Amino acid sequence: MAGAISEEEVRHISMLARLKPSDEEVHRFSEQLSAILAYMEQLNEVDTTDVPPTAHALPVHNVFRDDRPGSSLSPDQALANAPQRDDNFFAVPKVLEQDSV
Amino acid sequence: MQRSQFKYRPIIGLEIHVQLATRTKLFCSCPVVFGAEPNSCVCPVCLGMPGVLPVMNRQAYEFSVRTAIALNCQIAPFTKWDRKSYYYPDLPKNYQISQYDLPLGFDGAFDVPVDGGGESRRVRIRRAHLEEDAGKNLHETPGITQVDLNRTGTPLLEIVTEPDLASADEAYSFCVELQKLVTYLGVSEASMQKGQMRFEPNINVVIADGDREYRTPISEVKNLNSFRSVRNAIAYEIERQINDWLADRDYVIDKRSKENRGWDDNRGVTEFQRGKEEAHDYRYFPDPDLVPVEIDDTWLERIRASVGELPRERQSRMARSYGLTESDAATILSDKATADLFEQAASAGHPPTLGKQFISFWSAKANERKVAIAALGIDAERLGQLSLMTADGIINATATATIAEKMLACTDPPRTIAETEGLLQVRDEGQMNAWVDQAFAANEQAVRDALANPKKMQQARGFLTGQVMKISGGQADPKIVGKMITEKLANMAG
Ligand SMILES: [Zn+2]
Repeated sequence: MAGAISEEEVRHISMLARLKPSDEEVHRFSEQLSAILAYMEQLNEVDTTDVPPTAHALPVHNVFRDDRPGSSLSPDQALANAPQRDDNFFAVPKVLEQDSV
Repeated sequence: MQRSQFKYRPIIGLEIHVQLATRTKLFCSCPVVFGAEPNSCVCPVCLGMPGVLPVMNRQAYEFSVRTAIALNCQIAPFTKWDRKSYYYPDLPKNYQISQYDLPLGFDGAFDVPVDGGGESRRVRIRRAHLEEDAGKNLHETPGITQVDLNRTGTPLLEIVTEPDLASADEAYSFCVELQKLVTYLGVSEASMQKGQMRFEPNINVVIADGDREYRTPISEVKNLNSFRSVRNAIAYEIERQINDWLADRDYVIDKRSKENRGWDDNRGVTEFQRGKEEAHDYRYFPDPDLVPVEIDDTWLERIRASVGELPRERQSRMARSYGLTESDAATILSDKATADLFEQAASAGHPPTLGKQFISFWSAKANERKVAIAALGIDAERLGQLSLMTADGIINATATATIAEKMLACTDPPRTIAETEGLLQVRDEGQMNAWVDQAFAANEQAVRDALANPKKMQQARGFLTGQVMKISGGQADPKIVGKMITEKLANMAG
């Protein structure tokens, strides 16, 4: 199948997203993602020779706001849905190594 | 293997993040505040809640374009926003909004002084783009990582140079000069203490063995946050790469991949960070939540007009119009507020003398207090007056320093202080003559020696001048005294 997503690719994408799917899930996602991609492949049938590339679907640009502070949430509101908090911090499992932005 | 049989040429490029001085974040109206209570400057947008929509901060965009113009960049008439995959808890959307293939500025150049300021090196700027910062992960509590998202979404300008720098000192100079530029432009506070400038140098070395050239693999030192660490980390990396190559001729760019290294400031070494090539799959794609930016000529011209005089232009102008050396002008210009104060004071004073006073005792006073001269709290008017009094010779160097010290503690004009403290030089001829006569009378032997032996004339004149100064309690004008003594000796010699 053209554009098929192999189980190996599913494992790679999962690793990038810090997810650990089971073997059964890897198999299932591989089939599902391949089917989605095959469906999207239909778009390739459209002749786009004279259509300029676009980065956006809307014919709109320059939507800005002024640099004026608005209200933020309180720490309690911000942390209300956190699975775990420590003082006013979100608490997450230990992050060992990290990239910088 | 003899180290000295080869020639070494370091190749250095820089990637610099500058936090912009906006009041609010890049895509939401949360305030940007340093040191606020954790997670108190957050909202659904910067928390990455589902269904929220980011809206661009115009000021952040204009600050970025202003900087790109000052770096002589081409300004992209059309840019868009891209998502860069990033899976760490300090950026909870799991992507960073950035500019990938269409940076807002590109192909620029920035001249930085090298070799102590006499020469300058042109460093090409590859690109400048705007992106959002991540929050902070703290690792102090055992077993967990604490996450503070106050910084998440703060606007960062990323500036990437071509590898045009040739030494650790040049890279240092570039960083210093860039900090000066962004503070001048008013686009960033650029405080190292607050982490508002972060540096990532790329380094490798070309090793020449006669006609043959070898290149060491490129290393990138991550996340440096002071000028000093930039210089030290680069100097360390150059040495390390040369030594690694001397020990292993396969340590070359074709046979090794690029590596990331971390700088350990306490030990003064860089350390290899485990290879994460696989994780470096950013999978950029256009952000569908944000519309593109188009800059037309009118807008661009308006931003261009806001650039103003750049630090190096100002340095030449100030050196020229105030009679300062380039290096004194550079010292005064290292803080914008101080340079502004200087220019105001110069209009009320004697500019060259003022320049000397700025780089001598005013800087010393400022350094003692660990602030800039502008933060000493002395107004331009009084600074100018003091320089005029010194230049006119109505106070001597010692009196100037004493008055300066007192000016820090009160708001009196320097003349009032000089009068109160009896520090004005006496130029009244009657009084001066009396002092000279007194000195001659008390030192007859010295006078006789001078008259008898012309070789001793110079020495005696100096001695007698010192005596007059002593008698007058430092109030006599030494130039006039010197002249009077010369005349008196000449008359006596007949
Ligand atoms: Zn927010």
